[in-house]
Amino acid sequence: MVDQPVRRDGIVPPAPVEGRAAARLSAPSQTRKWLPRHYVEAWLLLLPSLVLLATFTHIPIVSTLIDSFYSTPKANRPSHFVGLANYDDMFADPIFWKSFWNNVVYALGTIPVSVAIALAMAIFVNGRLPGRGLLRMAYFTPTVLPMIAVANIWLFFYTPSYGLLDQIARLFGGHATNWLGSQSTALGAIMVVTVWKEAGFFMIFYLAALQQIPPDLKEAADIEGASRFTFFRRVTWPLLMPVTLFILVNAVINAFRTVDHIFIMTGGGPDNATNVLLFHIYEIGFKFWDQGYATAMTMVLLAILAGLALVQFLTAGRKVHYQ
Amino acid sequence: MSARDRSSPLSHALETGAAWALGLFWLAPLLYAIWTAFHPALYATHFDLFAPLTLENLDRAWHAAPFARYFLNTIILVTMIVGAQCVLCTLAAFAFARFEFPGRNLLFALVLIQLMIAPEILAVANYQTVRALGFVDSLIGVALPYFTSAFGIFLLRQAFLGVPKDLEEAARIEGCGTLGVLWRVYVPLARPIYLAYGLVQVSFHWNNFLWPLIITNSVETRPLTVGLSVFSSTDQGIDWSVITAATIMTSGPLLIGFLLFQRQFVQSFMRAGIK
Amino acid sequence: MTTPTGTRITRRAAVASGLALAATRAVPARAADMEIRFYYPIAVSGPITKLIDSYGADFERENPGVKIKPIYAGDYVQTIGKALIAMKGGDIPECAILLAADIMTLTDENAVIALDDLVKTPEDKTWFEGFYPGFMENARLKGKTYAIPFQRSTPVLYWNKAAFQEAGLDPDKGPTSWQEMLDFAKKLTKKDSGGNVTQWGLEIPSDGNTSWLFTGLTTANGVRLANADGNKTNFDDPRVVEALQFFLDLSKTQGVQPSGLTSWGTAPRDFLEKKLAMIWQTTGNLTNIKANASFPFGVAMLPKKAQFGAPTGGGNFYIFKGISPEKQAMAFKFVKFMTQPERAAAWSIATGYVATSPAAYATDVMKTYIAGFPQASVARDQLQYAVPEITVHEGQRVMKVFNDNLQAALTGGKTPEAAMRDAQREADRILKDYT
Repeated sequence: MVDQPVRRDGIVPPAPVEGRAAARLSAPSQTRKWLPRHYVEAWLLLLPSLVLLATFTHIPIVSTLIDSFYSTPKANRPSHFVGLANYDDMFADPIFWKSFWNNVVYALGTIPVSVAIALAMAIFVNGRLPGRGLLRMAYFTPTVLPMIAVANIWLFFYTPSYGLLDQIARLFGGHATNWLGSQSTALGAIMVVTVWKEAGFFMIFYLAALQQIPPDLKEAADIEGASRFTFFRRVTWPLLMPVTLFILVNAVINAFRTVDHIFIMTGGGPDNATNVLLFHIYEIGFKFWDQGYATAMTMVLLAILAGLALVQFLTAGRKVHYQ
Repeated sequence: MSARDRSSPLSHALETGAAWALGLFWLAPLLYAIWTAFHPALYATHFDLFAPLTLENLDRAWHAAPFARYFLNTIILVTMIVGAQCVLCTLAAFAFARFEFPGRNLLFALVLIQLMIAPEILAVANYQTVRALGFVDSLIGVALPYFTSAFGIFLLRQAFLGVPKDLEEAARIEGCGTLGVLWRVYVPLARPIYLAYGLVQVSFHWNNFLWPLIITNSVETRPLTVGLSVFSSTDQGIDWSVITAATIMTSGPLLIGFLLFQRQFVQSFMRAGIK
Repeated sequence: MTTPTGTRITRRAAVASGLALAATRAVPARAADMEIRFYYPIAVSGPITKLIDSYGADFERENPGVKIKPIYAGDYVQTIGKALIAMKGGDIPECAILLAADIMTLTDENAVIALDDLVKTPEDKTWFEGFYPGFMENARLKGKTYAIPFQRSTPVLYWNKAAFQEAGLDPDKGPTSWQEMLDFAKKLTKKDSGGNVTQWGLEIPSDGNTSWLFTGLTTANGVRLANADGNKTNFDDPRVVEALQFFLDLSKTQGVQPSGLTSWGTAPRDFLEKKLAMIWQTTGNLTNIKANASFPFGVAMLPKKAQFGAPTGGGNFYIFKGISPEKQAMAFKFVKFMTQPERAAAWSIATGYVATSPAAYATDVMKTYIAGFPQASVARDQLQYAVPEITVHEGQRVMKVFNDNLQAALTGGKTPEAAMRDAQREADRILKDYT
């Protein structure tokens, strides 16, 4: 049982009554920590959220798992149990592997880069640079745009020969490049768009954290003659670990969740160069209506996300330095 | 940052230059798109600084697809979702923060699963659920999976944990029930969190695409993002002036809102803090 | 057609959601209005939405008590996706304009009805049998007709007459063979002092549904891509590989076409901007190009190799299964209305799509139009050489595999032989349940 805090007015509340006696005697305004009734209250408070979460997160996870062992229902043949056949087909499909590795490359490419740029932005904006209000706006603006809008803008930007990027390249003597139409550059082009959209958002969190670093730490470091770089490495960076962890969680989720731009810019092409897991799941599930394959792929995606969550959870315990 | 800026003028200049270069690169695509939207189609591919301004592209874009309806749908959708989230997450967060009951930690861990596994990841299964409920092609079908949010519950729980218990005691003495305490004491104190969270969620759901794409079929339910994607599908022949105009139009409200309330936006984030 | 857990959820949800359903579902208007909805794609530029709406309004005027509701769903792929999603969700639309080549997908999903039994009167018969055979070939399956042609097209070659003149070519003669096309393109490719190409001689766009324009090359080379039953593809035929090699060489060795995947969507604009002297594009873009070209231009049939050849493309009207007999009858009436020769002629003139029947071309308005603008007849003349675009079971899936491999070859990821071999192997795997 939880202890009562000592009250400032010195009044000692009546001794707690337990069990059914308490339920019979007490009015709602009595401290509810002692009543089983409070279980009911807690559960009532939780109920709407729990029902929704169960319906759209927990139960679908289970049903996806079960459905992945059944074949796709067709007009002439209803769904039947096929064991691991869907998984076999999936692992034999080169497009699955392509979308898998693309997703890995995509994650590895966008996450560190956007975090690093976000940190740089935060440091820029936090310092005493001229026009930093404007800079902050410039960095953050892409975040409020819908990804679909971003995709259109960059599609325009990337258009060969008269898109802005090629126009600038020509100024420097470069030639027209088919950024989105070549296998070698398409995924990279998509990753640039992601970083452009996300870095500003992460910057805000870094900014908040930077502003919470007590100024006397910097004063002490200055007195000791530490360079800015050393100060950053020894003091700032460790203090930013909790925020960095939070940002990493967000970045990882986004790397697997955000496929809007792929719809508009490349449709997964050329030849699946920009196909990633969730996009492929959409194609298989809602264009080809292949439920068996789509649920098997979803399980793979879930496994990846769960694994990453576990890694981050464990890392949080050990490496993060709290004040 | 520090009271004394120890960097040399040169490194300061370099830093300023780098910051501004980055800022320019960051703003360039959007500026070019805005420029193209307000100039005649002829100049979409030939940049001419003194080209005449025009509103014709916006006009054409507005009439090429039912954007008014798309706007309405999006506003209703976002209002529904953020409203529901504020209520439901508050209740759940309060339960986690201030109640002790068996299985609390397990339940909280289960809730946190939704942080990593968003509804659209489970689109295939969730689509079947929404279909079974009869909500396909309705705004509520789009909104329902988002009515509660693990992120919101997490943030609000943090906030509520930080509220001193004697404030609650004081309210109890005055005869408040559980909900009264919640409303009178906890919610007002968590106001900056609500603001920050609300802004993030408005932005996120205004811009959400994949799930609405799957659930909506007709104009009556389609939000702006899906409308824009349908509008600019390349089979229609790409007319950049009209497409950039449509793009600016759909992101305009959020952009303008952000520009006007920039300071509050950023400050609420910072005050919310990530502990 | 739900999966096992889907069925379990249905039962559970049915119990739980009764109240919710009542609260949130608006009670449908019990007025006399019958609503006929149809999904339609917008596949070429032009003020299509207004036209469709106006036709709908005309029909409503002639049929009081009926409401026509067009649902604009994006491109063909999105439209069939949406229509099927709606149908599987129990919200069956009355009709839709869907890709002709999706006929097997629709019949496999048991989504659409055969129309032969609805044709009763002699007038109906004349109308029903009056469409060009080239368009009906993939509207029929196993002796039954499932679709009525509405917005059909074939690709044609547009050429910039002014550019021809500049390059010393006869501006009134378009290329008629592959060799001519290649020779002309070489003369038309212009470079600036820095070695950058300012005008490409030719572009056959290659992104998106690469297979459509590619069919123009394969048909000209005398080969079909799939069999009539739609269960066996022919991708690894040496003539297909030869066509692909020719396509690739246009950019790789001959330097007359931009390399990598070229955008279908920007090709018309690039042509109008004089960055491309010749393009392959759908005839559906004819009206758009005519309205915006600042130079005289010509339209030619796709050039021949062994023969002339081109794919047909575009959408047909389908009527869905599972709607009430009254709605079915009204939907059929609407389909007839939309595809009458006069309307087909007007639609063709407004958009550039091929008018779907000889009767449409015989109308006065069409005759006048062609007299003033002979380019509009090229697509019709090409119809005798036209074949359906690839129409197979699991159409979307097979097309994706084919397109992926075509794109792989065109971006240098695979050799044409390897690409077509892979495509054939994958297609065989997908179609194995249908043989």
